[in-house]
Amino acid sequence: MKGKGVLITGGSKGLGAALAEELSGAGARVVLVARAEEELRKTVARIRDRGGEAHALPGDVSDKLQAHRIAGAAAALVGPIELLVHNASTLGPTPLRLLLDTECEDLEQVLQTNLVGPFRLTKIVAGAMALRGSGLVLHVSSDTAVAAYPRWGAYGVSKAALDHMNRIWALELAQTGVRFLSVDPGEMHAAAMPEADRAELAQPVRVARWIARLVAHGVESGSRIVVPGEAR
Amino acid sequence: MIPARWPREEPLRERLLHVDPCSGSLRDARIADLPAILRPSDVLVVNDAATLPGSLQGLGPGGTPLEIRLVAALPDDSFRAALFGAGDWRIPTERRAAPPLLRTSDELHFAPDLRATVERISEVSPRLLDLRFHDRGAALWSRLYAIGRPVQYSYARAPFELWHVQLAYASRPWAAEMPSAGRPLRWDLLLALRQRGTKVVPLTHAAGLSSTGDAALDAALPLPERFDIPQATAQAVAAARAEGGRIVAAGTSVARALEGAALECGGALEACSGETDLVIGPGYRTKVVDGLLTGVHEKSQSHYALLHAFAGGDLLERASAHAEAAGYLTHEFGDSWLILQCSGLRPPPVAGKARSSG
Repeated sequence: MKGKGVLITGGSKGLGAALAEELSGAGARVVLVARAEEELRKTVARIRDRGGEAHALPGDVSDKLQAHRIAGAAAALVGPIELLVHNASTLGPTPLRLLLDTECEDLEQVLQTNLVGPFRLTKIVAGAMALRGSGLVLHVSSDTAVAAYPRWGAYGVSKAALDHMNRIWALELAQTGVRFLSVDPGEMHAAAMPEADRAELAQPVRVARWIARLVAHGVESGSRIVVPGEAR
Repeated sequence: MIPARWPREEPLRERLLHVDPCSGSLRDARIADLPAILRPSDVLVVNDAATLPGSLQGLGPGGTPLEIRLVAALPDDSFRAALFGAGDWRIPTERRAAPPLLRTSDELHFAPDLRATVERISEVSPRLLDLRFHDRGAALWSRLYAIGRPVQYSYARAPFELWHVQLAYASRPWAAEMPSAGRPLRWDLLLALRQRGTKVVPLTHAAGLSSTGDAALDAALPLPERFDIPQATAQAVAAARAEGGRIVAAGTSVARALEGAALECGGALEACSGETDLVIGPGYRTKVVDGLLTGVHEKSQSHYALLHAFAGGDLLERASAHAEAAGYLTHEFGDSWLILQCSGLRPPPVAGKARSSG
């Protein structure tokens, strides 16, 4: 990862922040995007204190007008992006609701953040990767993408679609050297999971370390990979 | 000729005039025909510079309204910029009110929260400035993208957003304006080219402003521009040249970068970064580039002079007359020409015309 440009959305806390710390520790030049500006700056400061390179870009991936701001500023700061991590996601309103009780606008917002936002950023970034013949786009998925849980409708639909988009990206750019991966980290120990039993949740730092190793090794493009229980 | 006033829905259907300097023939084609026209041994080189959100409306000393257009980022984190009088995209720059006369140390304010200080005024024109923004790094780039727009064109139907002008493979934001020859190159086409064996490789070139409406400044264009040639691109070009393949530049900025890099970095093309002040025009014999994919340029435009390095004046005259009669569209969102030598094999290069400016 030494010297490589990395862009991570949802980078202020949890898995995004842990991945940033792991990759910057390996020499990557990391740009972090999140809406929570203060937390984002604290994460960046932590990385810099350890001698890593990180930049904070406050932003909202669900906003089409911000997509070029995020991708352009990132490339200006660290050069061509060689690893794009789509980690930002939203559950929608909590407590989680049955689909019949889900407002149309809430479903749209979840899809904007979890699916359309990643599509836009990949659309902007992956063309340059394909031209240079290398690059990796990593989608952070969830078991809700493959199993149907009551009240997880909006989120599960968005992650299932994200997984499928991962496969299609991989097929369409199969000969270009750009790889696409979908990684299900298991339920994370983070504030985004308010209803989960925290004792059973995975530790972001351990999962980040496992994903960083995965990134460094060749995995078939289009794969959906579940972080094994012992690595959480 | 008629300008295309807005991006068209089917770039692959856009028209392509194939100008053949070997036979002197002109052939009407479509952008989608490129894979059939180029050979598997050819290399298409594109400029992957993203377009800067470089047009900033602001206020000068005393609250005087003005516009600046970023020309290039400078090595010391400042920016070179061109100064314009007040006015929005509907008013051609040459019809704008004169900009305020700025002095070094003057402060410019761009709402809501971006400020810059004038550090230097060029000898070329009082409208060419070096600016230092008061923010740096991520804070600066966030604000530039939030406040700036891509350079606008008065012929357009409506203002452009970055979504309208970024190319399908854009990366670092180095270009003052869209490197527009690459605009119709969608991935459907690029993958088809690669499938046939034609290599498509990038370089990054900080394409500058096409015109400013100011006679002194326009006479100095193009200003020196920085470039970056990746190793893989230099290797692809060398391999193609060794096998008689042709090197096709997608745009005048690519031609300038390839030819300029060959001059700056040792005579033959190598992986290198730098800045070139090379001006290609009549009498210049190219050392690297065999063909040019370019927009439709009118004879009055500065880019037209560059075409003379690829075809004789008579053929260019005929091509212009044909394009006009056949209704080819001009400007950034218009149709294209492909001026392509029949062979990549040619006599050893002779010294080119280079000049210093700045």
